[in-house]
Amino acid sequence: MTGIDQTSLSRSTSLKLFGYHPVVIIVAVLLLFMPLIANDFILYQIFSWSFMLGIVALSLMFLAGYGGMVSLAQMTIAGFAGYMVAIFGVNGIASVSIGWPWWLAVPMALFLATLLGTITGALAVRTEGIYTIMITLAIAAAFFYFTNQNYAIFNGHTGINRVATPHFLGVEWRSTVPFYYLTLGFAVLCYWVTSWISRAPFGLALQGVRDNPRRMAALGFNVNAHRIAAYVYASFMASIGGILLVWGNGQISPGSVSVDVAIDNLIIAVVGGISRPIGAFIGALIYVVLRTFALDVLVAFGLDGNRFRLLIGIGFLAIVFFSPDGVIGLWNRWRNRHASVSTVRQGGAHG
Amino acid sequence: MRRFIERHPLWSLFIIVVIFVFLWLVFATWPPGFEAIFGKKKVFLNAVLNGITLGGLYFLVASGFTLIFGLMRNVNLAHGSLYLFGGYMGFKTVAWTGSWLFSFVVAFVAAALLGIILQYLVFRRMEGQDLRQTLVTIGISIVLADLMLWIFGGDFYQIQTPDWLVGPAQMPFVTAIKSSGEAVYMTYPIVRLAIFAASVVIGLAMWLVLNRSKIGMIIRAGVDDKDMLSSMGVPIQLVFLLVFAFGAGLAGMAGVVGGTFQSISPGEDTRFLLASLVVVIVGGMGSIPGAALGALLIGLAEQLGSVYAPTYAVVLTFLIMVVVLAIRPQGLLAR
Repeated sequence: MTGIDQTSLSRSTSLKLFGYHPVVIIVAVLLLFMPLIANDFILYQIFSWSFMLGIVALSLMFLAGYGGMVSLAQMTIAGFAGYMVAIFGVNGIASVSIGWPWWLAVPMALFLATLLGTITGALAVRTEGIYTIMITLAIAAAFFYFTNQNYAIFNGHTGINRVATPHFLGVEWRSTVPFYYLTLGFAVLCYWVTSWISRAPFGLALQGVRDNPRRMAALGFNVNAHRIAAYVYASFMASIGGILLVWGNGQISPGSVSVDVAIDNLIIAVVGGISRPIGAFIGALIYVVLRTFALDVLVAFGLDGNRFRLLIGIGFLAIVFFSPDGVIGLWNRWRNRHASVSTVRQGGAHG
Repeated sequence: MRRFIERHPLWSLFIIVVIFVFLWLVFATWPPGFEAIFGKKKVFLNAVLNGITLGGLYFLVASGFTLIFGLMRNVNLAHGSLYLFGGYMGFKTVAWTGSWLFSFVVAFVAAALLGIILQYLVFRRMEGQDLRQTLVTIGISIVLADLMLWIFGGDFYQIQTPDWLVGPAQMPFVTAIKSSGEAVYMTYPIVRLAIFAASVVIGLAMWLVLNRSKIGMIIRAGVDDKDMLSSMGVPIQLVFLLVFAFGAGLAGMAGVVGGTFQSISPGEDTRFLLASLVVVIVGGMGSIPGAALGALLIGLAEQLGSVYAPTYAVVLTFLIMVVVLAIRPQGLLAR
C-alpha cells in the first residue's frame, strides 16, 4: 500500500492519445457502445452488477487503500441506503412504505446512510488496524440481525419487495439499456471523483495519515478528522451503490446486508487490488463473472454446482497468498518483469 | 480493587449500586406493584440464568479467541468455523458411541488438530502481517463453511443430553409466595448449570495456569515481548502452536456445548464469531478476565433483551459495545 501512483509515472508517454493511454480509450469506447454488442443478460447480469458492486467496493478501496482503514461496514451502509430508499419511496409493502417521490427519497436516503457511515467511522477511528475490521464486522453483523428481527421498520426476514424505480425524462430507468448507462455513469463518476480526491490536498493528507499518523499529527493535521472525513466520502459513495442496487433488484432483504455479503465486498476489493481505484471494478467484474458462470463451469467439470462459495474462498486465499495487491499487483509484476530485468520487482511484501 | 475505588469513586459507587439492585432483584420476593410493572419474577430469573449460562458458552468460545490474539496478534476470523467444526464432530461422536463426555474429547482434539494445521501451514508463514493474516482467516472461514455445508448439509443438529443431566434442579431462589404462605422455588435445567459450572472451572484453570505455572509465565512473557523471549532460548513457535491448538480446542468443545444448549447449523459459525468479537471488544483484547466479564455482560444483555425488548435485543448488545468503545476504547479490563 505504498506510493500513490508510481506506475502511471513510469508508464511510457509516447503511446498517449489526448493525454490518455490507448487501453483506457479502447475500454471507454467499448463500454460506451456495449449495448450494441452485448445482449440484455450480459448488460444487466454482468456489467450493471459489476458497476454497482464496484462502486461499493470502491468505497472500501478508498478507505483501505488511501486511509489504511479496512471497513467491513461499507456494504451495510449501502444496504441501509437501499432500505431507506425503499421505505421512504414507494414499495409493495404497505405497512412500511412512506411513498415519497424518488427525488425526495433519494437525498433523504443518501443523507441518512452517510450519517450512519459517519457514526460508524467515528466509532471505528477510535481504534486502529485489525481492531477496525473487528468493530466494523460487528456493526455489519448487528445490522443484519436487526433487520432480521425488526418488522416495524425493516419488515423482518422477508424484507421489502416491489421497490419502485424512478421514471423520468420519459425513460423507464429500470429497463436494461437505460439502467446500464445509469450504473455506468455513476461508476465513472465515482471512479473519477475518487481518483481526483486521491491527488487533492485532502487525499494526500489522508495518505500521509495512513503512512505515519504521528508525524502528520505533529505537522498539525487533525488525524481523526481526516479519517472521519474519509468515512463520510466513502459512505456517500457506498450509499449511491446501495441505491442503485435496490433499484436494480427491485427488492431488499436482510440477505442483502448479511455478513457474507459484507465479506464478499472485501473480497472484491482485495482481489482487484486496493492500491488503485480501478481495482474495485476489476474485482467486481471477476466476482460477478465467477458468480454467474461458476455453476455451469463446475457442472461441466462434473462437480457440484453449489460449490460457488468454495471456489470464491479458494480464489481469494490464492490471491492473498501470492499477490497481496490483487490482480493489479499481478499485472504490475508481469509488466515490470517484461519492462526490464534489472528493475526490482514490486507489489510483494506489503498488504 | 482499592486503587480502582480511590481513582474512580463515582464509577465504583455506580457499580456497587447496580450489584445491590441486581442482588435484590434476584433474592427478594417482589412486591405485587413491582410485578405489575416489570412482569413475573420467574421470567426475570429465567432470563438472568439463561444469560449467565449463555455467557459461560460465550466465554468458552471467546477465551480461545482472546488467548490467540493476545499472544500472536492474530485475529482469527475462522474461530467460528472451529466452533462449528467441533459441534459437528461432537454430534457424530455422540451418534456413533453414545457417550456425551467422550464427544468433548473428540471435539477438542479435532478442533485442536485443525488449529495446529492452520497455524503450522498458514499463519506461521505470515507472522507480523496483521492485515494479511486476517484476510487469510476470512478466506479460510469461507472455505471451511462451504466444506462443512457440503459434508453435513443445511440441517439443524441437536446433540442429545445424557440421561443423568436431564431434568430440572431446584434453585435457592423464591419466585413467588403461594396464598397458603408456602414459598415456590425456582427450577432450572441441570444440564445448563453443569455446563456453566464446567466453564467456570475451565476459566479458573486457565487463569491459574497462566498466572501460576511455568508455561503460563512463558505465555505471558510472549504476550509482552516475543522477540526477547525467543532470544532467551524458548521455542516460541512451539508455544504458538500449543496456544493455538488449545484455543482452537476450546472453540471445538464450545461447539459441543452449543449443540447441546441450542443446535448447530450453517450460520452458527458467523453468530459465534460475532459473539466472540463483541465479547473481546467489550472485555479487552487478550485478557482472559476481560473475556469472562464481556461474556457475562453480553449473555445477560442478549437474554434480558430478548425477554423485555424482543426486537431490539441485538441493538442492546451493540449499544454495550458502542458505550465501551466510547469511554474505554481498549476494552473494560485491558491493561
